[in-house]
Amino acid sequence: MTPFLEELAIAAVKVGAIIGLLLGLFSFMTWAERRLLALMQFRLGPNRTGPLGLLQPVADGIKLFFKEETIPEGAHRGLFLAAPVIAVVTAFTAIAVVPYGPTLELFGRQVPLQIASLDVGLLFIFAVTSLGVYSVVLAGYASNNKFGLLGGLRSSAQMFSYELTLGMSWVGVIMLAQSFQIADIVGAQAGGFWRWNLALQPLAAFTYFAAATAEVSRTPFDLTEAEQELVAGFHTEYSSMRFALLQMAEYVNIITVAVLAVNLFLGGWHFPFPGVPASPLWFALKVAAVLFVFIWLRGTLPRLRYDQLMAFGWKVLLPLVTLNILVTAALVQAGVL
Amino acid sequence: MDAALFYLLGALALGSSIVVIAQPNPIRSALALIVTLCCLAGIFGLLGSPFIAALQVIVYAGAIMVLFLFVLMLLNVEPERGPGRSRQLTFAAVALAVALSAQLGSVLVRGDRGAGVEGFRAPSVDMARVLFSESFLYAFEAVAVLILAALVGAVVLAKRELP
Amino acid sequence: MSPGIPVDHALLLSAALFGIGACGVFLRRNLIAIFMCIELMLNAVNLAFVAFSRAHGTLDGQVLVFFVMTVAAAEAAVGLAIVIALQRHRDSVDADSFDLLRF
Repeated sequence: MTPFLEELAIAAVKVGAIIGLLLGLFSFMTWAERRLLALMQFRLGPNRTGPLGLLQPVADGIKLFFKEETIPEGAHRGLFLAAPVIAVVTAFTAIAVVPYGPTLELFGRQVPLQIASLDVGLLFIFAVTSLGVYSVVLAGYASNNKFGLLGGLRSSAQMFSYELTLGMSWVGVIMLAQSFQIADIVGAQAGGFWRWNLALQPLAAFTYFAAATAEVSRTPFDLTEAEQELVAGFHTEYSSMRFALLQMAEYVNIITVAVLAVNLFLGGWHFPFPGVPASPLWFALKVAAVLFVFIWLRGTLPRLRYDQLMAFGWKVLLPLVTLNILVTAALVQAGVL
Repeated sequence: MDAALFYLLGALALGSSIVVIAQPNPIRSALALIVTLCCLAGIFGLLGSPFIAALQVIVYAGAIMVLFLFVLMLLNVEPERGPGRSRQLTFAAVALAVALSAQLGSVLVRGDRGAGVEGFRAPSVDMARVLFSESFLYAFEAVAVLILAALVGAVVLAKRELP
Repeated sequence: MSPGIPVDHALLLSAALFGIGACGVFLRRNLIAIFMCIELMLNAVNLAFVAFSRAHGTLDGQVLVFFVMTVAAAEAAVGLAIVIALQRHRDSVDADSFDLLRF
């Protein structure tokens, strides 16, 4: 087997494994969210389908599969069909360049646990997330529905407003690690939790987490898909599998954001104390913790009104993150960090 | 492999740019322009500048075109209809454009090449170093002030006059 | 790395895109569509810069592309604001309807 074919085979295996993992995690997360929210609200949640209700995602999937797929009259067919596709493609592409663990030694070769290692890793993720805004805009526009259009415009305005803060919160981390590649940034956090970027860049961690929550439209920033508002926002006219695709894209975005939080701020796959070898297990535990925090926020905080949301993004987070960049740059220049 | 990808992306870019100018519905023009911009980003990556490729998608396809789409949707722009330009004018326009691109092409191809480097691939940290170096630092800061001015100007121009 | 792309072909593509953009500016009547063709021309110029940067093996071309992109973004913002203001005044974005020197 030529080296090129070997590389291709390894990449194909990695792609298959990661997509499988993501789909499994997406189903598990829908179940976990409903059970945890129920526990927080002093009720039970789904517990009938299968043991502990674990087959609930399967039941949901079967239900959505058999629903009738409608396309509203007067809708732009091409855009209507393309919007969920763009959502899913951008969601999965973004998670392709994220590393999941240290370089493993398998069958006598070094296998980095990352599908593609780009020179401009974080910028690539930013670029692909920017393209994800189009799925929302086009879904809203193509629905031929006033509420859909308004919901789509609002939602996409929210997304690209917070995208700016999201990108800028990474600048401090990039300055500390002197590289755009995520593997380097994780490497710079080795050796104990006092070297994690959560401790070195607390303001950036806060703004990243707030901006990420808004970017994926989670509570408290989920006005655009709350049931009481604007019917259902940009996905009003979507049913059955297309709706399932939009939901899947949203959850994969949440997972991407959680994985980035762990890699950029929580030390990636390193154990909090030095001396214990790094492994993908610590990575998985940390991602689970971050996803739990997302669900916890949903069960606890009230949602912001749209103008409060935009004001928070532009008037509070953006100055904070700019301040963080200035202070970090000054400290790096002075040789402190 | 690189060359095949380049020709594919180039053909796609040319095709979608013709859709941009020929399609009467401006929203479809905008979508075709987005496709063109993404193809160009791919070509930038192939030409050894991954940083510019990423910036092209982030700034152009991800921000400027979203702005275009927003304005098109909010102004509810109708597709162009009614009598277009006369056929003679259209033919003259196309002929002039072909002449322009032929002249440009011949001038560019004869340009000075300098010491070309095979397998040129600019690491992004070098970009940052050059941008903040003496030759470009002033321009960098000036462009930042320019964007601030454009931001304020756009808000003032588009603001509705309150009664 | 493989031999890569012949720079000549990238430059010819750039010239072709510039010509197509110019053709669009001549032919379109919608103001926003004209603006989009101008953006297409700017991108053709960016492609030429990047191709020359690769030909010379330096970064100057790419830095210029950075500045061109930033200025294009500023120009798009202000231009679209002007189009919005015009539409509010005349209720039309057709280039032919703005043909009076004073209204």
